[in-house]
Amino acid sequence: MVKKQRKVRNFSIIAHIDHGKSTLADRILENTQTVTKREMKEQLLDGMDLERERGITIKLNAVQLSYTSKSGEEFIFHLIDTPGHVDFTYEVSRSLAACEGAILIVDAAQGIEAQTLANVYLALENELEIIPVINKIDLPSADPERVKKELEDVLGIDGDEVILASAKANIGIEDILERITEVVPEPAGDSEAPLKALIFDSLYDSYRGAISYVCVKEGTIKVGDKIQMMSSGKQFEVNEVGVFTPKALAKNELTVGDVGYITASIKNVGDTQVGDTITLANRPADEALPGYRKLNPMVFCGLYPVDSNDYNDLREALERLELNDSSLQYEPETSQALGFGFRCGFLGLLHMEIIQERIEREFNINLITTAPSVIFEVEKTNGEVTTVDNPSKMPDPQVIQEIREPYVKATIMVPNDYVGAVMEIAQKKRGQFIDMQYLDDIRVNVIYHIPLSEIVYDFFDQLKSHTKGYASFDYELIGYQPSQLVKMDILLNGDTIDALSFIVHRDFSYDRGKQIVDKMKELIPRQQFEVPVQAAIGNKIVARSTIKAVRKDVTAKLYGGDISRKRKLLEKQKEGKKRMKMVGSVEVPQEAFMAVLQMGDD
Amino acid sequence: MESIQSVYIHIPFCRQICHYCDFVKFFYNEELATEYLEALFQEIDTVLPGDKHKMRTMYIGGGTPTALTMKQLHTLFRFLNKKFDFSSFEEVSIEINPGDIDADKTKLLKDYGITRISFGVQVMDDRMLEQLGRVHRVKDVYDTVHLLKQRDFANVSLDLIYALPNQTVEQFQASLDEALSFGLPHYSTYALQIEPKTIFYQKHKKGQLHRPPEDDEVMMYEILKRTMKSKGIHQYEVSNFSLPGFESKHNLTYWNNDYYYGFGAGAHGYLPGKRVTNIRPLPAYVKKAFADGKPILQVDKVSIKERIEEEMFLGLRKINGIDKKHFQERFGIEIERLYKKELENLLNNGLIYEDVQSIRLTEQGMLLGNRVFEKFLLDRDPTIETIS
Repeated sequence: MVKKQRKVRNFSIIAHIDHGKSTLADRILENTQTVTKREMKEQLLDGMDLERERGITIKLNAVQLSYTSKSGEEFIFHLIDTPGHVDFTYEVSRSLAACEGAILIVDAAQGIEAQTLANVYLALENELEIIPVINKIDLPSADPERVKKELEDVLGIDGDEVILASAKANIGIEDILERITEVVPEPAGDSEAPLKALIFDSLYDSYRGAISYVCVKEGTIKVGDKIQMMSSGKQFEVNEVGVFTPKALAKNELTVGDVGYITASIKNVGDTQVGDTITLANRPADEALPGYRKLNPMVFCGLYPVDSNDYNDLREALERLELNDSSLQYEPETSQALGFGFRCGFLGLLHMEIIQERIEREFNINLITTAPSVIFEVEKTNGEVTTVDNPSKMPDPQVIQEIREPYVKATIMVPNDYVGAVMEIAQKKRGQFIDMQYLDDIRVNVIYHIPLSEIVYDFFDQLKSHTKGYASFDYELIGYQPSQLVKMDILLNGDTIDALSFIVHRDFSYDRGKQIVDKMKELIPRQQFEVPVQAAIGNKIVARSTIKAVRKDVTAKLYGGDISRKRKLLEKQKEGKKRMKMVGSVEVPQEAFMAVLQMGDD
Repeated sequence: MESIQSVYIHIPFCRQICHYCDFVKFFYNEELATEYLEALFQEIDTVLPGDKHKMRTMYIGGGTPTALTMKQLHTLFRFLNKKFDFSSFEEVSIEINPGDIDADKTKLLKDYGITRISFGVQVMDDRMLEQLGRVHRVKDVYDTVHLLKQRDFANVSLDLIYALPNQTVEQFQASLDEALSFGLPHYSTYALQIEPKTIFYQKHKKGQLHRPPEDDEVMMYEILKRTMKSKGIHQYEVSNFSLPGFESKHNLTYWNNDYYYGFGAGAHGYLPGKRVTNIRPLPAYVKKAFADGKPILQVDKVSIKERIEEEMFLGLRKINGIDKKHFQERFGIEIERLYKKELENLLNNGLIYEDVQSIRLTEQGMLLGNRVFEKFLLDRDPTIETIS
């Protein structure tokens, strides 16, 4: 077979959250006539309702576009979208591995932010050509010249290469498309060589089984080919190959540089693991493509169905979500208070919230989520070291030699006026000052080592509120350090509720105990009987409050005109109960399980 | 199909607006009231063509029906006597306020066949009355009771409200004792409810309303029940007490989940399969009634599921509770089968009693009625389960 004469360009768009990535992607689709204006929904690549509502991209998308350059040459572009939130760094690294170029978007008013840097470093690691774009230049607050200087100073980017654009106003889009044809290299590879196709994402479809999103690095794949997964050796027959335009469009084959999908009646999503290489069974490649640096979950929480009959549905929901989200981890666990559920691991808090919301919306299961926890390392007096991802599983204090907790290196980028505020928060959160770097006249990078558990609580919210939203923030795990930690138990009506236990620094334990019993009193509705709420460390009660019993709750007057209204009130009341769990004899709302997160320091 | 045997008629005029009232009401205006009656007759004629309809109960409420002039009352009752066969009524009730009817109006009510008076006293304490925005005073209550007795109105119900702002348990006890001294056969006694769109609601939001603590309210309710019992006046609903045989037949229509017509501005009707709500604002009501006789704001379908739920949360308000046999006859399903788990839980929590005949609230269940009622909202349509 003769190697096809094609001009292929594979690229991603990288940006800090809200700098306009999805809008630019949409504009590119429009300008290449991949979709007509009429088909255009706002932010086409953000396919999930949740993504559009929250204005963030969670799932990867890959779209094939055709573009005719000004010189009349025909190009095929593959645009691979990337998530913009720090929780999803792993997904970014996956999509970047499938590309040769990256469009770096920086907001013309906000300038460089923490995640801009993080994403640029990832792009450099993957040896991508970077096309710098300053977006939103039509905003009144835009200052492209200042941002251009930042790019020069901070990232060493040549100011002359920077494209000024407004995705919203369709300014500069042609320049970007032309630049892609000029600087992004043709994917290297030999279409005649043994097949190597990198799986960068997968999706489960109830009719077609697991669908692999691939980038073909070497060789060619056709319908009817027998493929082999290089990690497991499992073999499947290809039913369909195709590309996204952005709708799935079946093709005869995929070859070097193509980005598309493969279906092969793969029943189990675990058989098409992201990062694996697909090859042909009768002519396998010698070695797999380098896989991904897989990020381990950092935040853990328990997910329990409110109605215990939903346990199997919850398991199915997690299985489904896991198919498309390899960073999600879960295993069954049992709680005395909540019954059967799962301990789940997430990349971060946003990731956790999104999974929780998707389970509730897409699978219609009411959930109780326990407060998130990190993984602690516990060294026992007998020298044994164990890890604890669930506070209630913390061993007895008598057998603990030392507890170690994960620390992150937090890089906080902030205008110099707010350095004081940032340092104050970081100190309060048990941070250790490491460094402070001036990026330019105004911008400062403040670097701290902070326990991850503090980040998981309300660090980001505090940071935003104390810097008027100017601070941006990125973090990476740096390992474990010993801490003076204790387990705090919460007792309702005299019973320890395992799902409410949390780990706290000894110095803060009394204050936290007081705060949490007061918060519980506020959050748990009054019951038929009085409910004492206690916080305890070991056998010692450190704080107490009492939820008084409800004495009277009955509508006094109910006649012919009141019935519809009364029905609505009862329905609302019942709807509220759906988010509550019977724990022993006490009805506890979802919010109470998260109360430990809501303890403001101010 | 079960027939419709009750009629509610709304007269939305008042001489004074009370601070807690959320009913449809407007300041009385003679011209407007005359026009309103015409519109009301149009509506009734459209829904019930022909004359001398036979019904069991009628209730004329407001507002204040007796805010109408003698002439207007004549017009109203002449129409109603033509439209309905008064000899078929087991009960015809009207609401009146202390001091707002004289000997002539009392006579008129008697002559037109009113059998029952609902008497809006609220509290036997002038300062509290003032606080409620009532125009009448305790003295007016005595005068009106006297008038009613003179005209041989034997079936009189007295309305009280308790747990009023700043009211102590002792004050309530005194008010109750004084009200009972009239020896009337029926008392309706409500804990104050703060409803949206009232003056009290506004004050409440601003924290200006000093309601008694919950423990006091419970104590007042207990005193109320105990005192009534000692007088042989039995409780038959959450807030209603009567001598045997004097229970309000019309109001039992609501709690029995039976059908009724509702006529007038903002009135509600319950007809087989649907609840009808009339237009509230007077001008809009009048205009629509004149145009086509159907001054309806909205019609809500009532499914079997909803009807069952309503049967439960209305029926349990009665001391006699839900009659199991009646339930089965009405819905073709055994109540124990439909609500097995719920009944078990409520029994265990001491909120209901159950025997072969009926399901009833316990004392505790009556105090926490809303929490019991909620349990009878169904997750799925039971008709599907009966088939499978």
